[in-house]
Amino acid sequence: MSAAALIRGYEVVIGLETHAQLSTASKIFSGASTAFGAAPNTQACAVDLALPGTLPVMNRGAVDRAIRFGLAVGAKVAPLSIFARKNYFYPDLPKGYQISQYETPVVQGGSVDFMLGGASKTVHLTRAHLEEDAGKSLHQDYHGQTGIDLNRAGTPLLEIVTEPDMRSSAEAVEYAKALHTLVVWLGICDGNMQEGSFRCDANVSVRRPGLPFGTRREIKNLNSFKFMQQAIDFEVQWQIDRLEDGLTIEQATVLFDPDSGETRAMRSKEDAHDYRYFPDPDLPPLVIAPEWIERVRAGLPELPGAMAARFARVDGLPVYDAAAMTQSLAFARYYEAARDACGRPKLVANWLMGEVAKRLNAAERTIAACPVAPATLAELVTRIDDGTLSNNGARQVFEALWSEQRSDVDALIEAKGLKQINDAGALEAIVDQVIAANTKSVDEYRAGKDKAFNALVGQIMKSSQGKANPAEASALLKHKLG
Amino acid sequence: MTVSLHEMGVAALGRALAAREVSSVEVTEHLLARIAGEKLGAFLHVAADTARAQAQAIDARRAAGQALGPLAGVPIAHKDIFVTAGMPSTAGSKMLAGYASPFDATVVARLTAAGVVSLGKLNCDEFAMGSANENSAYGPVRNPWDLSRVPGGSSGGSAAAVAARLLPAATGTDTGGSIRQPASFSGITGIKPTYGVCSRYGLVAFASSLDQAGPLARSAEDCALMLSAMSGFDERDSTSAQRPPQDFHAQLLVRRDGASAAKPLAGLRIGVPDEWMSAVTIASEPGAAQTTGTSMDVTMAIAQALKVFGSLGAEVKRVSLPRTELSIPVYYIIAPAEASSNLSRFDGVKFGHRAAEFTDLAEMYKKTRAEGFGAEVKRRIMIGTYVLSHGYYDAYYLQAQKLRRMIADDFQQCFAQCDVIAGPVAPSVAWKLGAQDNDPVAAYLADIFTLPASLAGLPGMSIPAGFGEGAMPVGLQLIGNYFAEGTLLHAAHAFQQATDFHLRAPGVAR
Repeated sequence: MSAAALIRGYEVVIGLETHAQLSTASKIFSGASTAFGAAPNTQACAVDLALPGTLPVMNRGAVDRAIRFGLAVGAKVAPLSIFARKNYFYPDLPKGYQISQYETPVVQGGSVDFMLGGASKTVHLTRAHLEEDAGKSLHQDYHGQTGIDLNRAGTPLLEIVTEPDMRSSAEAVEYAKALHTLVVWLGICDGNMQEGSFRCDANVSVRRPGLPFGTRREIKNLNSFKFMQQAIDFEVQWQIDRLEDGLTIEQATVLFDPDSGETRAMRSKEDAHDYRYFPDPDLPPLVIAPEWIERVRAGLPELPGAMAARFARVDGLPVYDAAAMTQSLAFARYYEAARDACGRPKLVANWLMGEVAKRLNAAERTIAACPVAPATLAELVTRIDDGTLSNNGARQVFEALWSEQRSDVDALIEAKGLKQINDAGALEAIVDQVIAANTKSVDEYRAGKDKAFNALVGQIMKSSQGKANPAEASALLKHKLG
Repeated sequence: MTVSLHEMGVAALGRALAAREVSSVEVTEHLLARIAGEKLGAFLHVAADTARAQAQAIDARRAAGQALGPLAGVPIAHKDIFVTAGMPSTAGSKMLAGYASPFDATVVARLTAAGVVSLGKLNCDEFAMGSANENSAYGPVRNPWDLSRVPGGSSGGSAAAVAARLLPAATGTDTGGSIRQPASFSGITGIKPTYGVCSRYGLVAFASSLDQAGPLARSAEDCALMLSAMSGFDERDSTSAQRPPQDFHAQLLVRRDGASAAKPLAGLRIGVPDEWMSAVTIASEPGAAQTTGTSMDVTMAIAQALKVFGSLGAEVKRVSLPRTELSIPVYYIIAPAEASSNLSRFDGVKFGHRAAEFTDLAEMYKKTRAEGFGAEVKRRIMIGTYVLSHGYYDAYYLQAQKLRRMIADDFQQCFAQCDVIAGPVAPSVAWKLGAQDNDPVAAYLADIFTLPASLAGLPGMSIPAGFGEGAMPVGLQLIGNYFAEGTLLHAAHAFQQATDFHLRAPGVAR
């Protein structure tokens, strides 16, 4: 890793722990549904409620997803990993312990690559382990009491832990985005940050270059990239302020308040729990045979990096465009479908990065919710490529495709009268008429004023109501003015 | 009928019911009447109405000509450590007073499916922690052989009820001896199968790596019938053994190669650990050693029983279990460690007892648990919390796990030389109620002969082998290799065909 710019003479050191909710239909140790948003406690079965006599049974679908992740980041998938109990009392933790993996996680090592300011970066992973989520404590609307919703209790999580490899908030955010893309790409997590399906804890410390790591503080539960950046930036300044004042940093867990933009301590090291981890005697060690790994490997999709390289190599896209086309698997699938339908990769990429991206962002939609189908976009691109549509006309057609949810490109062009005049005879009549009506400009052009030529083209476009093919019209005009 | 209904065991009742010599309703009513007059404290809940309904249903099915199994219509009852949908489930604790489980334990459901009639729930030590049934929040159970003595524990209600002929059989659980020791103290037969043979689903957890369900009855044959119905793989218990269903009754009746009517156990090698039959040195505190031993009455009864085995053709030989005494500290680290975590769910939030008044969350937890748990449960939670704490884990828990493995290895050394290990179940006969009130460690030390098989996960059983001090029953322990329940039951059955200890009943049973 290259050293990022120092902040007030300090180097920033960041490690991230990310909780990715795995996209299984049922919970990690019970058959209850994991769907989000149900009425409180309607998706908590006897096992989730920790009723006396209940026992956990491992959901193999969660293990499949952990293996998938391990293979995608080039990690070791442990042939044997151990579930442990993390013991603490809290009302939304029904058993009084969380089942997690402690000493022996299922995924060991690995790395995530991404681009930062045009340079390639690699963040190394320490581990990724399976664990169950807790329920939720609801402090509002219960008249001074706390409500407990155990729907989320037992939801499978993959906790992905990095080495302290990142040196700026921007790098942390880019890593988190790349990781987010990857887990969604792999189909192991829906990536919905508002619903808490992907949330990060940031371990932040600062040090003078060359010195050992400083004491870290952990910022909990960052559920947007924007907050992550703000929280780390604030935390870094706070830590440097303290050190500059001659104070020390105490290890602590802090929360970020988006309203004030500040981090504040939740608990210090002194109140840290003794979790009394020990192997869960209800669950035998998780044994993953080589055949299981190979089965998962066979179903692994092409990864974003490999796909982007292919788009650059086979489709001839610039590297930047290829990376943009692989921002998500859905985006890449859209691109490929449109490209296949029209055979114009670069034009498709331009439209996806331009008009489509603009409209998606404005509507806060993902490509999956794009009202214009890939085949329709391909048709539009074809009509630009064959000269039927000007870029301006194409934007008008696209507007109708998007807002009226139409797919009949040719009919729209016809109805809106946007077909370019490519017919030489029709074009010649317009050019002759413009030359006759604008003798002043013609004279000026002939006297050597190039700007007059553009004015004449403008007149041609105007009198053709924008339908004249500008290139054809220019050529004809030039020819006539000899 | 020459034998009264309460004298009949599971197999005899099953045959009489199948032959329609008696109806399930008749047996059920007969036993309900006896239970109504019981003064042992064995029952925590009597389910008279549902039992009658079950009995009627079985009688109707039989009258309709349906094929029914050997347990159909036989009344039993369940240790109150199993959760049951139609009856309260307390685990002997105030913490679960009035708790209604929405589901049946797998063992309970399987027995119900086999057609048993459930007469109710049986007293036990709180969360199965104890060896005298004096730790129940609902009062002690008395030994039917001497009402001033304990019946053993933790399955004390089960053992007392079966011994007093209130029931032909009952379910129990055994974590460190809780089936075998009360069976021994109460003069009946009980088997703890190999860890994983019976599902733990629906068993209120004490120590997950040790808890096993099993039957208590009056003979090996009755235990075999019960265990066949109780056992088998359960996908809801990840530690359940993935093995085909077993017919233990058939295994009990099998004829050994080379055996004869006079020598049914010909070729069977029985190993007796040197450490079990001589004086046993037990470290009672670090640095000091105290010599205690198996009492003479027990030693003599066991020696006599071994002679019987010899006369049946078995070869009795000496083996060694050198780490026997280490079983005590190892068990009393691992079991409390698991218990401290298993019992965390009793926090007043979701079910069970919650303190009436509190000012904040921490106080709610503290008062709820202080009020809901008894002294022995609190003691084990504290021990378990301590041995798992940061800085102590390696010295206690991890070390205990290593020794546990070595204890299991010691057994394998023995099983290279013998088929079955035999010895006492407990160092003495049942003691008087209150005798160990001020000395919980004395009770822990008395677990010395049951703990090793528990730690190794091996099957063990207790069979009546004679009588000792105060004319109290003495049990012989048989331990087999993994999944060798059939071998144990076969040997025990042969012994019971040659002896009548298992047929003797205490005075209150008549």
